[in-house]
Parts: sequence; structure tokens; C-alpha cells
Amino acid sequence: MVAKTETKRKKGPGRPPKSVAGKINDTPPTDDLLAIYKDMLLIRRFEEKAGQLYGMGQIGGFCHLYIGQEAVVVGLQSASKPGDTVVTSYRDHGHMLACGMAADGVMAELTGRAGGYSRGKGGSMHMFSREKKFFGGHGIVGAQVPIGVGLAFSHKYKDEPNVCLTYLGDGAVNQGQVYESFNMAALWRLPCLFIIENNQYGMGTAVTRAAAGRALADRGLAYGIPGKQVDGMDVLAVRSAALEALAHCRDGHGPYILEMKTYRYRGHSMSDPAKYRTREEVDAMRKQHDPIDQMREVLKNQNITDEQLKSIDSDVKVIVTKATEFAQTSPEPDVAELFTDILLPVDDGSQLAKV
Amino acid sequence: MASEIKMPALSPTMESGTLAKWLVAEGDQVRSGDIIAEIETDKTTMEVETIEDGIIGKLLVPAGAENVAVNTTIAILIDDAADAIPDVASADPAAPAEQPAVSVPAPQALAGAATVVTGASTSLTVRESLRDAMAEEMRRDDRVFVMGEEVAEYQGAYKVTQGLLDEFGAKRVIDTPITEQGFAGLGVGAAFGELRPVIEFMTFNFAMQAIDQIINSAAKTLYMSGGQMGCPIVFRGPNGAASRVGAQHSQCYASWYAHCPGLKVVSPYSAADAKGLLKSAIRDPNPVIFLENEVMYGQSFDVPDDDDWLVPIGKANIVRSGTDVTITAFSIMVGRALQAADLLGEQGISAEVIDLRTIRPLDCDTIVGSVKKTSRLITCEEGFPFAGIGAEIAMQVMEQAFDWLDAPVARATGKDVPMPYAENLEKLALPQVEDIVATAQAVCDGFRG
Repeated sequence: MVAKTETKRKKGPGRPPKSVAGKINDTPPTDDLLAIYKDMLLIRRFEEKAGQLYGMGQIGGFCHLYIGQEAVVVGLQSASKPGDTVVTSYRDHGHMLACGMAADGVMAELTGRAGGYSRGKGGSMHMFSREKKFFGGHGIVGAQVPIGVGLAFSHKYKDEPNVCLTYLGDGAVNQGQVYESFNMAALWRLPCLFIIENNQYGMGTAVTRAAAGRALADRGLAYGIPGKQVDGMDVLAVRSAALEALAHCRDGHGPYILEMKTYRYRGHSMSDPAKYRTREEVDAMRKQHDPIDQMREVLKNQNITDEQLKSIDSDVKVIVTKATEFAQTSPEPDVAELFTDILLPVDDGSQLAKV
Repeated sequence: MASEIKMPALSPTMESGTLAKWLVAEGDQVRSGDIIAEIETDKTTMEVETIEDGIIGKLLVPAGAENVAVNTTIAILIDDAADAIPDVASADPAAPAEQPAVSVPAPQALAGAATVVTGASTSLTVRESLRDAMAEEMRRDDRVFVMGEEVAEYQGAYKVTQGLLDEFGAKRVIDTPITEQGFAGLGVGAAFGELRPVIEFMTFNFAMQAIDQIINSAAKTLYMSGGQMGCPIVFRGPNGAASRVGAQHSQCYASWYAHCPGLKVVSPYSAADAKGLLKSAIRDPNPVIFLENEVMYGQSFDVPDDDDWLVPIGKANIVRSGTDVTITAFSIMVGRALQAADLLGEQGISAEVIDLRTIRPLDCDTIVGSVKKTSRLITCEEGFPFAGIGAEIAMQVMEQAFDWLDAPVARATGKDVPMPYAENLEKLALPQVEDIVATAQAVCDGFRG
């Protein structure tokens, strides 16, 4: 199901010159490897705890867990640069943590508390951090894609050397606005990296039952957007592909598509029993392709000791425990919050908001 | 045999134009498809072709003639130089064969009836004032850019963005593909990215393709982010019925957008308000829906000579004082309400006309204050009656001024039908001056004394 090796598309329009790709250092230093491992582990443990809190009734509504897909966002974000912007759909907890948002604030938003990133008014699917350049957290499938192109437009307009990392799922690739976005991004050579997280199922529908044609990486071919399919369970493969794709976007060559072949271990949302796939399929993926297990092996080969790994495990546990306590003890939003943040006050003294 | 060449209508709302130039002279031989003249409208210059072979027997309208009505005979085509040329007088050049379907008061009747302009001013069309508003704000703030279909090289489908490309260049005046949902969403992302987009929809009918981005992304994100994600964006373009363009191109969206918290909704009537409100909208840190009207684009009003002419969003304007009945209206309906007020005055009914200017936030204080004076209220809008702006105003007045009402609130609205194409049916579907008069009379007569 998951591509074992990276399959590269034939050379097409807009591909980066080889010299650019060749300069990228694919083997990060050990400290970076440890940070990548820790980031993935934090997402795994955070999501497991979120699932538990959901079962206890402390998290409401829709809750989409990222377990199994950790290598995608961690690999991508490890390759990004300060000032790069990020936007994604509703399976967003991992993206927020990978962008450096505090676990406390994310977990407290899940429990609908005042200490959450949206002060309890957004929930699992709607969180943002201007400071960390994370622009949501959007609940409508595919709607984040033109927004990502708009963020890329703003980078180019302001002559910033930055890229917008626009994440979408395999379910979103059949929405019309995705192709409107591909067209504009290519037409205006906007620095937008589209990351298709192909976790094989759009809710309960297998991608093969929903998407006609060739690989999702090729969905930009008609617009001249280069695309590449990557083993999204291998964080170093993700990182390597991300460095190449980001360099392409950053150097003014326009957008790029990375299709990440990945897998979610849990259902689409907490209320999904996932009857559309077999237990064996899920178990095989966990045993043979788990991104965290794979990374642990890489680290052991780099002579990282079990003690060092345990120390990371325990650091992560502390972060998640603390975030949980914060999310459980932070107060519910003040009732006055019901009517705040609907419109911003007009700060220009020459104009009155309401007379 | 001789045939008449008529002044053509070049758009659904064109009533007259300037015959800029003849490209043929009397006695010239022409073949069907030959360009014989250039005609200027307030939007553009167009070439006129002959559709028959023949000889130009007579040019009836001189080059440079202005305000030549549609369907005026402008030339006579003859088969043979020996043919007799019909009597010129029989061509009846002054009278258009058909009256336009949309009744708009003459420009002279409008001036002075809207926002009272004091100090130095210039007569400008609504079209020019909107363009000036954008140009001034683009000079003031380099984060402001204009994006939409045909806004740049074509100079605007309705010429509202005329000249902006020349002054500001392609970086800031951007032609898009026909991709409403895409460029509306792009605009939202750019606003999140701290730019100030002005997104033009060729008409608001096409914004239906983009309404998810407008409502779910632009309007709600500030709230969903706990106040972090302001979205300073203007969505603007013509709204409501144009003329004879049928159901899919003739709809008022005021109540659709006004329904949703997180948006401001503006719909001006006069050129001065159009300019002052658009400038305020561009400076506003919130998403603003700016509903224009195609039929109004060519109407002229006095506009102050002031680069900082701002009209505050959220404030209605009493454009005519009266004591017997209050009439609320917005956009093109203000002109009809003013005409209705004149007719009501002849019958001894003194009507007060309020130009709402902003639909949301609605200036209830001005409406309620007027109702407390007149004790009667009728509302006017082109849109459908069900869950319309009039329904909301009636509820607001009932909540805030029930004891002051001497009669139930009544409304003059578009009929509850998709817009028909046929000229007579379209006229029936839209609220006309006489409908407003009749509605006001019913409210006053039944309850007088």
C-alpha cells in the first residue's frame, strides 16, 4: 500500500534544476534527528491522550487524530524556514505541535477552555497562531487550499523569501477549488507547496474508489506543476523531498506538489469504527511501517542509547501530562466571550464602526 | 429599396450613446460586415457594422452627437445611387422605440437628493467615484490590491476599474481566471497574510460560487481564532437586477450576507456615498460585502473634492424629511423611494425617506427615531420578500418601537419569483415607484386619524 521507495516522475516543466536538488544535504545532524524523533513522539502521545479524553467526554464534537501520519508534518516542518506559513484542514493537532504551538494551548482548545488557542471558541478543527505562522485548522474539505495560495500570494507581494505549506488530504483532491488553486498558483508562480496527505481513505472511501487517473502527485501536471510521490511513513524521505520542493518554491519556480503516502491508524474521526478496512491491514501497517519505530531504528544505528531514547520518552510524557492538567483545569470561557471577536473595532479615528 | 440603420444597444442597460465617428461618407459602397461608425457609451467605445450590402444614402446624425437614443435611425442605406432617399423627418430620431425596463430617475432629479454635499465638489458618476475610491486608497496604502475578472487589461467589465492598471501596474491590479471560489479564497488568505484585498465579482450572482469562502473563511475565522485572525477584505461588485438578463443574473443578495455575523454589508445609492463608503470599507479591519448596482453606475451626483472623504459604515441617512410615513430603501431603490415621496406629497402625504447605506450593522437608531416621528413605516428592496431586509427591519421596529406604530409595517419588494426575462414580466417582478406609492397609501389611508 505504501510506496517502499520514492518514485520520481519523469522530468517535466518547472522541475528544479538538478544542481539545486543536488545541493540538499539529506542526512541531518544527530541533534536534528533527535528533535524529529521527539516531535513525532509528542504528536503520537498527544493524540493518544486526546483520544482518551474524548472517550471520557472531556473533548466534544468532531476529533480527527493524526496517529500514524506523524512523519509527514514533522518531516515537512523540519525542512521549513522561519517565516514560512502553514495551513491545513481539520486533522490539525499534529501540524500545530510541529509548528511549535504549545501543547497546553492546543489541548485546552480541545477541551473548550479559556486557555485554548482560540479561547475555547474554535475547537479541534479551528485553531490558529499568528505568532507561529499557523493559519488553521479549516473545517471545510479543500477550503484551506485557496487560502494557502493567498498566503503564498502575500509572500510574493511582500517580496518575502517564504513559502506557504498548504496541506490537504486525499479526500480534498477531488474538490473543484483545489484545481482553481493549482491553476492560479502555477499561473502566477506563487511560492506554494501543496502537500497531499494520502492516508488512503477519505472518511470511509478508499482513494481508489474516489480518485480517477494516475497518482495524486500528478494532479498538477496539466498546470505544469511538478509532483512527487513520497513514502510518508519515512520521515527522512519526507524531509529530503521537502527540502527539494521548498527550494523549488523559494527560488521562484512556482508551486510544487508532494504526495505523501501515509496511513492513519485510527478512524476518520472518533466516531468512526473504520469497518471499511481490515484489522490485518492496520496491524500490518503499524508493524512494518510505523514512522516512529523506523526512526528509532535510525537513531540506534547512529549510536543513540536506550537511555537517551527513554529520556525523550519521559520528556514527552511530562509535556502531555502537563498539557492534560492544564486542559482540565483551565476555566471554561467567560460567558461574555459569547459576543466577543465577531468584528474588530475600527481603529481609524476618521471612521466610526457604528453610529 | 432603402433601409434604416439604427442606433444599436450595446449592453442590457444602455439607453443612449455618443456617435463618436463615422467611418463612411454618403455615397460610399458598403458590404455587410463593414464597420461604418464608432459609438461611445459611458463604459466603452464600440464599432458598428452594417448588416446589409448597399450605398450610404444619408447620414442622419452627425459625428460627435451625444445622447443619441437607442433605436434612433442614424443612417439610410440604399441599393442604388439612383434610389430616392426617404424623408428624413420620418426617421423620427428622437424617440426610442422601447422604453428601458428599469426606471431610473434622471440625473438632475438625483442631485441634491442624497447625501448633502457642502464645500467644493465635482459631479461624478457612481462608476467614477468607486474608481476614485480605490485609486485613492491604493495611493494611501500599498497593501491594497484589486483582483477579479477583467479588472486590469479590459479595464473592468463595467469599467469600474478603468485606469487602475495604468497607474498601479499588474502587481496590484490583477486579472484572474474565471474562478470565483478560488480567487475569493485566495483573497482571504492574502488578508490573513496582512494584505488588503479588494475582490471584484463581475456580479454578485457569481459570488454564489464563492459563498463558502466568504461565510466560512472570511466571516467566521476571527471568532473561531479567539480574535487572532482578522480578515480585512472587501468583496465588491454589482448586485441586484440589471435589465433583461433573467433569473440567474438578477438577484439581490443583501439579506443573504446580512444574515451572517462577522460581515459588514454596505449598499450605497449616491456617488458620494459610494466613494466614502468604499474608502471606509477598504480601511475597515473586517470583511465587507460592498453591493453596487449596475443601473446606478452611470448616474451622476456631486462628490466632495476631498481625498479623505469617508462615510462611516453603519450610519443611515435621512435623504428627505417627512412627518406621515417613513420609507426605508437602499441602493437603486432610494431613487424610486424619492420619486414615490414626491408623488405622495402631491396627495398630501409627507414621507420621510431613509437611505440605509449600510445593511449590517443596521442603523436601527435612525429608523426607530424616524418611526417615533411618523408612526408608520414601509420598507423597499429589490430582493425577495421572504426573510428579506424588510422583514428584519419590521422585527427590529416591533421590538424597539411597537407602541409608536399606528399601522402594521408594510413592504414593497421584488416579487417572490425567479426574475423573468420578458420585459413586461420583469417590470412586474421589480418594485416600481407606483408600488411604493400604493404601499405607503395603504399604510396611511387605512389608519389615518
